[in-house]
Amino acid sequence: MRTTVVVIGGGQAGLAMSWWLDRTGVDHVVLERGVVGQSWRERRWHSLRLLTPNWMNQLPGLYDIGGDPDDYLGATEVVGLLDGYARAFGAPVLPHTTVVGVRQTASGFRVDTDGGSWRCRAVVVATGTEGASRVPALAAELGGDLQQVTALGYREPGRVAPGAVLVVGASASGVQIADELRRAGRSVTLAVGDHVRVPRTYRGRDIYRWLDELGVLDERYDEVEDLVRARRLPSLQLVGSPQRRSLDLATLSAGGVQLTGRLVGIDRGRALFSGSLANFLKAADLKQARLLDRIDEHVGGGPVHRPEPTPLPPPVTELELARFSAVVWATGHQPRYPWLDPALLDRRGAIRHDGGVLGAPGLYVLGLPFTRRRRSNLIAGVGPDAEALCAHLVGHLGRARSAA
Amino acid sequence: MSTVESPVVDNGVNVEALLGARQALAEAPEAAQFRWRARCEWVNGTHSRTTVHDFFGLGAEHTHTSPTVIEGDHPEVFASEDHGPTPTETVLAALAGCLTAGIAAVATNRGIQLRSVSAVVEADHDIRGILGADPDVRNGFDGVRVRYEIDADADRAAVEALVAQSQKRSAVFDILTNPTAVTVEVA
Repeated sequence: MRTTVVVIGGGQAGLAMSWWLDRTGVDHVVLERGVVGQSWRERRWHSLRLLTPNWMNQLPGLYDIGGDPDDYLGATEVVGLLDGYARAFGAPVLPHTTVVGVRQTASGFRVDTDGGSWRCRAVVVATGTEGASRVPALAAELGGDLQQVTALGYREPGRVAPGAVLVVGASASGVQIADELRRAGRSVTLAVGDHVRVPRTYRGRDIYRWLDELGVLDERYDEVEDLVRARRLPSLQLVGSPQRRSLDLATLSAGGVQLTGRLVGIDRGRALFSGSLANFLKAADLKQARLLDRIDEHVGGGPVHRPEPTPLPPPVTELELARFSAVVWATGHQPRYPWLDPALLDRRGAIRHDGGVLGAPGLYVLGLPFTRRRRSNLIAGVGPDAEALCAHLVGHLGRARSAA
Repeated sequence: MSTVESPVVDNGVNVEALLGARQALAEAPEAAQFRWRARCEWVNGTHSRTTVHDFFGLGAEHTHTSPTVIEGDHPEVFASEDHGPTPTETVLAALAGCLTAGIAAVATNRGIQLRSVSAVVEADHDIRGILGADPDVRNGFDGVRVRYEIDADADRAAVEALVAQSQKRSAVFDILTNPTAVTVEVA
C-alpha cells in the first residue's frame, strides 16, 4: 500500500495533524492500534475530567467544542469530541492497525503493521506519552499481598483492595486519586516529591486563563531556559470539577491524607520515605507565589487572598508496609517506540527531536510535553504544533521531489 | 537594538564552567562518574584521624591541592579526650558546606550578589540508640534543622528560592534525606 504520509496514532495529536494534511491536500492515512481516542477509552479512571476548561480545548478547524466554556470534559466526552471531529472532516483513520516497524527506504519510509505494509514519504509519530507506566524498581520488593495499581490502570476506589492505600506521586494523577480514595473513606498516605502547586482559580478566573493570557503556554521550546527540565515537569496539581475547587497538599492534609516524602526504599517490610518533603513543599509554595505575583503584576491589581503555604506535616520517614492493602503508582508514564530505529532515541528511550522534527528527514513527532511550546501536550496545544510541523513536512516533500 | 544587561555579579563562583560541565557531562555520562575517598587511622581511644586527598573523576585520578585532616573524637562528657568534633558534627559541617556552596552557585547563576551568608545547623539526637539503652530509638538523628541568615541584593522570596534550589541540587542533603547502600568489610 502507498500513501504520502503515515500518521501513527488516532488521538488528538494524530487527528490535528490529519486535519492540516487534509487541508493542505496531502494524501495520508492515520494508523490507530484501536479506535479513535483509544487511550481516552481504556487508560482513564471513571471520574477523570480534563485539567483544561472547555474554552481552551480547540482543535484545528474546531474552535468551539460547545458546552459550558468553564466546565471540564470527562474522558468519555473527550472520546465523543474526537470521534465527532474525525468524522467531521473524514479523517482517513485505519482502526485496529498496530505498527510493528518503521524503516527508512531510498524513497522515504516503510511502515509495517499487523495489517500489511505502507510505503510513504513521511511519517508523523502521534502516539502520545502513555506507552508504559513508569514504576520505580523498588516495586519489585513489595510483597505479593499488596495490590499494585498504576494511574493508567486505576478505575475507582471500589476496585482497590479494601484497606489503607499508599499513593506514590503528587502530580495531578496522584492528588486526584488520593483525594478520591480519601473521600471513599480510605486511609490514605501520599508520598510526595517534586510537584507544581497552582490554585484552580485566582482573582475569579481559571488558572489556565491566566497562563494563557500571560503567554506562559506559548513559550517556545527554543527559548525556554532549561528545556530538559521543562519537558519533564510534573503535571499541575489540578482537578477539573464543576465547583472549580483547588486540590493541593494543604487540602488533602486537612482532609486526613497523610503526607510523606518520596518513597525511596523498602527495608524489612517497611517503606522508607525521603526527608526532603519540607523542601518540596516550600519550593512549590514559592513557585506558586511567583506565578501569582506575575498575575498581580499583569492586571496591575493589589494583593488578593492567596492560598496558604502548605503546613509541614509531622515527619514520617518509615511506615510498616503491612498497614497498606494497596499501592497506587502515580509516578508518571513514558512513551515507548519498539518499532522505531533505536538510533532515533536517546539513552532513556525518548525520541530525539528538535521541535518535533527528527534527525531522519521526513520523520516528525507531536503531542509530547513541550514538543514546540509549553502547551504542546494539551489538547489546546496539538493544533498549533500540527500546523507548524505540517508546513515543515510539506517543505520536506517539495525538497525531496526537487532532489529526485 | 536595546540590550538588557544583567547586573555583574561576583560571588567567586565560575558559573560558566559549571554550566559547561553540565552540558558536557550530559553527553558523556562515563566522565561524570566520580569516586570520593577518605582514609582513616585510629589514633587512640575514640580519637581517629581521617585524611582526604585523592579522588577519581572525569576518567582520571586527581588530588586536592593539599591533603585535609579531619580529627574525630568524642567530647569530655562522653569520657573522651575531645581531640576534635564528633563524626556526627562533621556530618553537620558537610551539610552546611554543601548547601552554602549551592547557594553561592545558584545565586551567581540567577544574578544575585551575596554579601553575607551564615548558617546554624542543629541536629536532635537521642543517644540512647547508640548506647543500646533503648532498642526502639534509632542510632541517627531525629531531625536536622538548618537556619540561614543571608544578606543579598534580592528580596526575601528570591532568597528563599535560592535556599530551596540549593537543597534540590545538594549531594549531602540527598545523602542525609535518602537511604544509601553502605557496605563495610574487613580487608
